Amino acid sequence: MRPFTYARATTPDEAVDLYGEGSAYLGGGTNLVDLMRLGVALPSQLVDVTRLPYDRIEVDGDGLLIGATVRNSDLAAHAVVRERFPVLARAVLSGASGQIRNLATVGGNLLQRTRCSYFQDVTRPCNRRELGAGCSAREGDHHNLAIFGNTPECIATHPSDMAVALAALDANVVIHGRDEIPLDSLYGHDPVRNSTLEPGDLITHVRIPALDGMTGTYKKVRERASFAFALVSLAAAVDVKDGVIQDCRLALGGVAAKPWRARRAEAALRQAPATVPEFSRAADAELAGAEPLRGNAYKVDLARNLIVGTLSELAGAR
Amino acid sequence: MTEKAQVRIGVNGRAYRVEVDTRTSLLDLLREGLDLTGTKKGCDHGQCGACTVLLDGRRVNACLVLAVAADGSEVTTVEGLASGDELSPIQSAFVECDAFQCGYCTPGQLCSAVGMLDEAKSGWPSAITDDLAESPVPELSAREIRERMSGNLCRCGAYVNIVEAVRRVAK
Ligand SMILES: Cc1cc2nc3c(=O)[nH]c(=O)nc-3n(C[C@H](O)[C@H](O)[C@H](O)COP(=O)(O)OP(=O)(O)OC[C@H]3O[C@@H](n4cnc5c(N)ncnc54)[C@H](O)[C@@H]3O)c2cc1C
Ligand code: FES
Ligand code: FES
Repeated sequence: MRPFTYARATTPDEAVDLYGEGSAYLGGGTNLVDLMRLGVALPSQLVDVTRLPYDRIEVDGDGLLIGATVRNSDLAAHAVVRERFPVLARAVLSGASGQIRNLATVGGNLLQRTRCSYFQDVTRPCNRRELGAGCSAREGDHHNLAIFGNTPECIATHPSDMAVALAALDANVVIHGRDEIPLDSLYGHDPVRNSTLEPGDLITHVRIPALDGMTGTYKKVRERASFAFALVSLAAAVDVKDGVIQDCRLALGGVAAKPWRARRAEAALRQAPATVPEFSRAADAELAGAEPLRGNAYKVDLARNLIVGTLSELAGAR
Repeated sequence: MTEKAQVRIGVNGRAYRVEVDTRTSLLDLLREGLDLTGTKKGCDHGQCGACTVLLDGRRVNACLVLAVAADGSEVTTVEGLASGDELSPIQSAFVECDAFQCGYCTPGQLCSAVGMLDEAKSGWPSAITDDLAESPVPELSAREIRERMSGNLCRCGAYVNIVEAVRRVAK
């Protein structure tokens, strides 16, 4: 690991002041320390943000204001999160292990890097590490990589489960000294950048608006029953009245470089009867836009089945 | 500013003050700096759980924690579970149930189990808990124990007996 200095911030201004060229903010370290050990991340200074006063969850009307240093396990255990936003609690609980969730922070979870094995292996070319080097995954093993939004440069996925639920919940990200932004704009469209944040931007909170009348859940398909990243996951929330879908939110994980809000499927579902044929039609509308690679076309079927199965369960439809 | 740092840390009730290279993990500080080799290194990437310790009462992977970031904390390692010669309930249960073969994963399994049982006692749900709104969570089933202990791998495959040992203490 490259040598670095360590500083601990207790106020946001102090954190931003301490941040200089080559710095990185340190949350729980569960991703950053690992990447430093692998030689992928090479910060010359760590600014520890875990002592900032952002370790609280505040109920904000029918929504929530979640501090960026709240640990993943505290988020999932919070009574209001469990009652009103089970989709978020389930997503967080399905991620990583009990030990890692005790360390991982909300801010760090959002900004964790892709788990593409070539990104993590400094002996292999990777555009995300070094633009222009080439992408080893396109010709290599990409069974777990993206089917939406791929570019010639990169086909990586974003690994966070929590972010998928937050995308479905229309969450905003609050950044110190700037206007808050929708979660979707945190990830943006740049093929190789991890986020749209500028160096030194500090996430202070995540804001979730009320989830009017919708019930939601999170489903995750993976290669073993627990402690594995998603092949495909789905955060879903629906409001069904008299057999008709009033409103719905769908976001897919494991399929793109960011949580993939399935807006085409949502549009197809609004005011449609809550029936399996309609769910299938909506899933097809979304997946028509997929561009699977040689080794991951199975994800298209997986995503379709997950959407239809989860909506059927939520709506009690046959 | 330097790449060395002073760290004050309590381990198993004893206070330490040590100088560390900022790159040192809590795991390496325990094993190499403080000669507490009970905590094991399996993967050094958060994937196996062999390095699990209790940090301010919560189970964490010591390989992912930088020692400097743990400054001011209290750590309990496997060496701190027993009181003198008297084994803790989870240690006795592991012996009774023959919950290990080579024993390499055992220190991590033990610390993880202690932390996990505390989490369950506080009413924390898991990914497979049916009703998230229900609190406290009902008695831990074997399935719940497997899910909650999934961060600890055992290459010898002693899982059946590990689950049984944890279940005995959970009761
Ligand atoms: C073995 C293993 C399995 C895992 N499985 C899963 C899984 O199944 N699902 C899943 O979702 N995740 C999984 N994870 C990933 C885990 O959830 C992330 O590592 C964790 O959420 C990152 O949070 P952290 O606080 O530790 O971040 P850190 O590692 O501290 O930081 C991550 C990044 O965020 C930046 N950062 C941190 N806080 C802020 C802030 N407030 N403002 C701006 N930048 C900030 C850091 O500079 C760094 O770039 C797994 C990890 C491991 C090691
Ligand atoms: S050594 Fe820490 S999890 Fe494997
Ligand atoms: S007893 Fe050998 S690894 Fe678990």
